[in-house]
Amino acid sequence: MSSITNLADHQLLSGNHAVAWGARLARPQVIPVYPITPQSPIMEKLGDFHAAGEIDAEVLTPESEHSAMAAAIAASLAGARVFTATASQGILLMHELLHYAAGGRAPIVMCNVNRTVASPWAFWPDATDSLSQRDTGWIQLYSETPQESLDSTIQAFRVAETVSLPTMVCHDAFYVSHAMEPVALPDQALVDGYLPAYDPEHFVEPGRGESFGYVIDQATFNRTRRDLDEAMARVPETLEEADTAWRELTGRSYGVIERYRLDDADTAIVTMGSMAGTARVAVDEMRAAGERVGLLKVRLFRPFPVAHVRTALAGIGRAVVLDRNYSPGLGGMLHQELKAALFGLNGSTPAVHGLLAGVGGVNVTPEKIRQFVGDTTDREPQPQSLWVE
Amino acid sequence: MQKIDLVDRDLFNPGHAACPGCQESLALRAILNTIGPDAAAVFPPSCGAVICGPHPYSSLQIPVFQTSLESAAAAASGLRRALNQRGKHDTTVVCFAGDGGTYDIGFQALSSAVERNENILYVCFDNEGYMNTGAQKSSSTPLHASTASTPGGKPSKKKDIIGILAAHGIPYVATAATGHMNDLIAKVEKSLTIEGTRFLAVLVPCLDGWGLPDDSGVSVSRLAVDSGMWPLYEVEQGHRYTLNHDNKTRPVADYLSLQKRYRHLDETQLAEVQAAVDQDWAQLRRRAAESTEARASG
Ligand SMILES: Cc1ncc(C[n+]2csc(CCOP(=O)(O)OP(=O)(O)O)c2C)c(N)n1
Ligand code: SF4
Ligand SMILES: [Mg+2]
Repeated sequence: MSSITNLADHQLLSGNHAVAWGARLARPQVIPVYPITPQSPIMEKLGDFHAAGEIDAEVLTPESEHSAMAAAIAASLAGARVFTATASQGILLMHELLHYAAGGRAPIVMCNVNRTVASPWAFWPDATDSLSQRDTGWIQLYSETPQESLDSTIQAFRVAETVSLPTMVCHDAFYVSHAMEPVALPDQALVDGYLPAYDPEHFVEPGRGESFGYVIDQATFNRTRRDLDEAMARVPETLEEADTAWRELTGRSYGVIERYRLDDADTAIVTMGSMAGTARVAVDEMRAAGERVGLLKVRLFRPFPVAHVRTALAGIGRAVVLDRNYSPGLGGMLHQELKAALFGLNGSTPAVHGLLAGVGGVNVTPEKIRQFVGDTTDREPQPQSLWVE
Repeated sequence: MQKIDLVDRDLFNPGHAACPGCQESLALRAILNTIGPDAAAVFPPSCGAVICGPHPYSSLQIPVFQTSLESAAAAASGLRRALNQRGKHDTTVVCFAGDGGTYDIGFQALSSAVERNENILYVCFDNEGYMNTGAQKSSSTPLHASTASTPGGKPSKKKDIIGILAAHGIPYVATAATGHMNDLIAKVEKSLTIEGTRFLAVLVPCLDGWGLPDDSGVSVSRLAVDSGMWPLYEVEQGHRYTLNHDNKTRPVADYLSLQKRYRHLDETQLAEVQAAVDQDWAQLRRRAAESTEARASG
């Protein structure tokens, strides 16, 4: 593809620095942000860019994530492009305002680094933090690699601003946030062409006579939720369009979901984030051993890409879901969402096995995944998720 | 009789949802019209936020963003920064919050905004309680006042928000009262000439929450000042104190006896309130005198 020659040299970047680059290239105008492990390198890198005059943004460092998100929403509704980042306790502290952001239709982009939530206190990869925010009205993307995190950050602005919904790009603590890999940095001009300046229809502006967030009656409130629902419904196709356009410019794309060696598979491993990378290796090994196993990577988790997963899994005998997250009393959140998404596929519904694998950051190797998948062959699928190790 | 120096630019519409005689709407009208049309406002939940709406109506002729109860100062900061980015440095960003949203749940965000010296005007409508939710206590409720959550009277003193903000070194902090409109208007005008965070606490006697007749707001507000319960003063750069009404002429009993929230007070409690007011007043006068001396010698 000729446009690949537009790419600057690859740089060795961690996932977090890749996100900071993605944000920089998107030219955010306001960046309110608060540190937390393992997000802080994103904030620090953006601070370096700012200090060096390489980004022209207002950087705010308030006393908490709660205030960071409050500032982000007001700035976004005042017509600025806004980026922030957080993790773990930080996203939980934002919870109330995540609803405000989505209800207010503020297209903020935020990176969440998936880390365990206290108590007890820990720092390991686990997506319970952002998955527990799935009902707040944010679009959620989960990323497997530093390159994908950079590309997703830029795509996220395009999607968020098209449908007027806030969007989070999530990647796993350390496995992605701190792992280094050569990352292709797109040209600024390329990104500028892909992502025009933010130009919203409605914004806070003296003389415009528009106000936001007033008390409303039941019927009007109801309508705001229907509007939100319509916007959510447009997300998969909007992401597909954004992803295709990105591929045309850079040669890279990730889809709404990714089907890896799934065409003739009788078994699909279904997972998200860095676990998809490990599962990919396991799939290759099982294929080499003659087993018909493939991978379904869920990149877009909210809205849940129901149509996509139904098409991808129809007719496949078995789906083995690997959840590195835990909802007490429910189980793995991907497992539960997937089962609901497959409802009514009738004869072609796969047997769905939900496995709680790697919760709390426990290491899951390709060998382990092969074992987990093997163990499901002579087990009836259960409605609950099963702890495995 | 006093003539009020307000140029009404019709920035506050009639027909809003405040209780008849509400002092908060009176203050809002004066402040909005003093700031003028090049402004954008942030309201957290409070009586003020109700007075704004309901959607699709607006009683304010400037744009408003309503944020959460804890985040008025943070949201105003975000709005400010976005307007700066869009080249609107001259637009006034004003925050209108209640005492609950300021002294209590929103204090963390306020302290941080002041520490960053965000270029915003923060107005606290101080009605000494959570009126929107049925007149419960806040940390601004004065000693012995009864509220829905302290029916026997509040056992602790009102928080000294002005002293706390002065300790931040805030460029400008002042008290005002609806019974002294020209002083209020002058303070808003002065705040508009200052860069950085400016804070104005306006006492707004709440008819419903304090147990007052509809037509008594202004006179009760004047009594609050005359009794020394709500002294009018300002502090610049955290240390230059000026008393704007150096005339404490009435016993607190004259002020308290008009309000149902103090109906249960016994003689000892009344004496306690009077003693605390006398002490605070003496300290305030001392600070103002020291500031005058410092100015004379400096
Ligand atoms: C997080 C949160 N907790 C509680 C409330 C309920 N609430 C709404 S307004 C209010 C009281 C506000 O009091 P104040 O700031 O003094 O304003 P006033 O109503 O007196 O004008 C409360 C507790 C809320 N909106 N948000
Ligand atoms: S409750 Fe008090 S402050 Fe609120 S509108 Fe009524 S009089 Fe005004
Ligand atoms: Mg109040």
